[in-house]
Amino acid sequence: MVEESGVVPASAPTIPPFTREQELTAFREMLLIRRFEEKAGQLYGMGVIGGFCHLYIGQEAVVVGVKMAARDGDQFTTSYRDHGHMLASGMEPRRVMAELAGKRGGYSKGKGGSMHMFSREANFYGGHGIVGAPAPIGAGVAFANAYRGDGRVSLTFFGEGAANQGQVYEAFNMASLWKLPVVFIVENNRYAMGTEISRASAQIDLSKRGAAFGIPGKQIDGMDVRIVKATADEAIEWCRAGKGPYLIEAQTYRYRGHSMSDPAKYRSKEEVQKMREEHDPIEQVRARLIADGMSEDELKKIDANARKIVAEAADFATADKEPDPSELWTDVLAS
Amino acid sequence: MTVNVLMPALSPTMEQGKLAKWLKNEGDAVKAGDVIAEIETDKATMEVEAVDEGVLARILIPGGTENVAVNTPIAVIAEEGEEVADTADHAPVDRVGEEDKAQEQAEAAPPVPGQTAPQDEPGEANKAATKAAVEAATPAPKATSVAAQPSPRVAPEVPEGTTMVSMTMREALRDAMAEEMRRDPSVFVIGEEVAEYQGAYKVTQGLLQEFGAKRVVDTPITEYGFAGVGVGAAFAGLRPIVEFMTFNFSMQAIDHIVNSAAKTLYMSGGQINCPIVFRGPNGAAARVAAQHSQDYSAWYSQVPGLIVISPSNASDAKGLLKAAIRNDNPVVFLENEILYGKTSEVPALEDFVLPIGKARIARPGKDVTLVSFSIGMTYALQAAEQLAKEGIDAEVIDLRTLRPMDTATIIESVKKTGRCVAIEEGWPQCGVSAEIAMRVQQEAFDYLDAPVLRVTGKDTPMPYAANLEKLALPSVADVVTAAKAVLYR
Repeated sequence: MVEESGVVPASAPTIPPFTREQELTAFREMLLIRRFEEKAGQLYGMGVIGGFCHLYIGQEAVVVGVKMAARDGDQFTTSYRDHGHMLASGMEPRRVMAELAGKRGGYSKGKGGSMHMFSREANFYGGHGIVGAPAPIGAGVAFANAYRGDGRVSLTFFGEGAANQGQVYEAFNMASLWKLPVVFIVENNRYAMGTEISRASAQIDLSKRGAAFGIPGKQIDGMDVRIVKATADEAIEWCRAGKGPYLIEAQTYRYRGHSMSDPAKYRSKEEVQKMREEHDPIEQVRARLIADGMSEDELKKIDANARKIVAEAADFATADKEPDPSELWTDVLAS
Repeated sequence: MTVNVLMPALSPTMEQGKLAKWLKNEGDAVKAGDVIAEIETDKATMEVEAVDEGVLARILIPGGTENVAVNTPIAVIAEEGEEVADTADHAPVDRVGEEDKAQEQAEAAPPVPGQTAPQDEPGEANKAATKAAVEAATPAPKATSVAAQPSPRVAPEVPEGTTMVSMTMREALRDAMAEEMRRDPSVFVIGEEVAEYQGAYKVTQGLLQEFGAKRVVDTPITEYGFAGVGVGAAFAGLRPIVEFMTFNFSMQAIDHIVNSAAKTLYMSGGQINCPIVFRGPNGAAARVAAQHSQDYSAWYSQVPGLIVISPSNASDAKGLLKAAIRNDNPVVFLENEILYGKTSEVPALEDFVLPIGKARIARPGKDVTLVSFSIGMTYALQAAEQLAKEGIDAEVIDLRTLRPMDTATIIESVKKTGRCVAIEEGWPQCGVSAEIAMRVQQEAFDYLDAPVLRVTGKDTPMPYAANLEKLALPSVADVVTAAKAVLYR
């Protein structure tokens, strides 16, 4: 389906269907991220969460679709819009929320915050505050995979804004030159902070950005989790077969501002409304499940469970203590 | 009319080389551009071309001769049928220029015997007598020549009676990497020209042959990218040695060194460490001007989460690079191109690893404390020799590690001497010597008999012109002057 170094047209002829089980997995995972982010937004408003806080609401299908295609041991790396990636990686919601709140029970003991979080056991390599950094770091993780020959694939995410940083192309070149097992996933939510893509990118078809390095690229509807999963399947298989990197441009949308402090005046309310009503990744799955005979009640139960997990996480984060003052001086150097 | 063929310089810092072999015989006709000989240094092999048309009338230096100084006449090309007289008549073409340089040095230096030509004073401690003799025979020193430094006292960590072997810092660094790569399969080397080319400065010579392309990885010219790739590989558990061709180019990559390598352990609450070594030559070489001569010692040593090492001799270079590779933290390992070719004693131990963060007293003394590191030690030790002749007994401390800085050793010394001069090639503002002065006044104020002084590179970009470059760098005379100033002499 994918040419060696060609760019595949956006319109996939058919959308590979999900089984009922897959639909439910996608629904559950995406809903958890949605509810988590809504809660994070509330806690930010209450002053429990500080600093910069970038919500993933609207983009859930991207990371969940990729995660559904990944194998245990494959690594995730992204930039600072990272809460969804951590939840999808299987990190505990309460510890992620505690980190957002700057509490000692957080993944980074409260020292990383929303933008800088990691989990070695969940194979989550950040959480990076420099938006283009995931590209070479993810390629480096893939370098280690290739070095060991362990068959793992590095799943490396960054935004369409970061895609204009030079380090991304330095990473593309080496990844292709050395045939590293890395899937680069550009989450194109159309706005790099307040700059719409056509104001910042001479070539807005980002799937073509790897062509100069011989990296196959595919531009997809990132709001449809089935398409993301199917494309990620192909990409990961490509990498695992030793053919080198693969580039996916997932066209997506964030409903919220760039960060909590962004009034989002660079786009119309109608535009946001239209995306929510016609393309919401979670509603699409819900509609298919209902059409397939699932009851509203069953879906509500899933939602109630997600809300419960998130409420528990928020309670934990709120009640947890700040780090001990002595933590200021720990973890500067490994002993 | 005859033309001299001179021993060429293969690099800005080359002072001598081996005339490997002649490809033409005396009496052979040559045309301009004909390859007539091959010369070698420990870095490279290069062909010597005839500079004019004629007959190779005389070969002045036979093939196989080691340590031929740059600019020495090696052959004479004559016009066909021309008689060639005694070779002694043939002075180097640019000899006049060299004499000017020597004169300048004499003028710049204080009227102290031996100062005009430091090469003539290798010092009693110098065991490399042959080498020193050759260097003394060099027509004139290059502007930043620091030849024949007195051998530093070997590290206190070396057991007494240990057999010592002479080797260059270049060889010591290579051996350190090779030993660690044999010991740990997760160690690999990555950078520009490290593999096929054998290292831009030949520090990685032979590694590709022993360890293969998987572990000795040539990169494109892409410092930001390969620094990030190294960091990612280190996060995932490998132990990369990232070579910057020079640290000047690390400015492209400083984001990953600081933001990704240095901070992630902290930002991850201790989960993700980054066992990586960033190494390469740092600071001024010779005549490569502003963009290729910057000293990053102060820059990197400001960053929490980094370890910064900058050795001055082969022994410390080997023991500390091995320690750096084994360390679980990101280490910035600042080498020096001029020191690469300098030979000193290295203990012949199976596994010689030095502690990070420990300074070394390179010369004990009681009157004034001189603190330096890397090539700054060359000035400090030579100054100490001169001061000794004037009855001043200087203690010289080699920091070796800049971060964490071994403040205790400095303070202990200053408590004894009451006077301190810090020396570095870097810029003065917010420099390493500024930090030393701060610590000394804070922790040994009551012991000081004079303000702490510093000798640094000048507060300008590095100029190209030989005379200006020399002015921009510290000198032995500067250190002597500063030491006398704190002694009110």
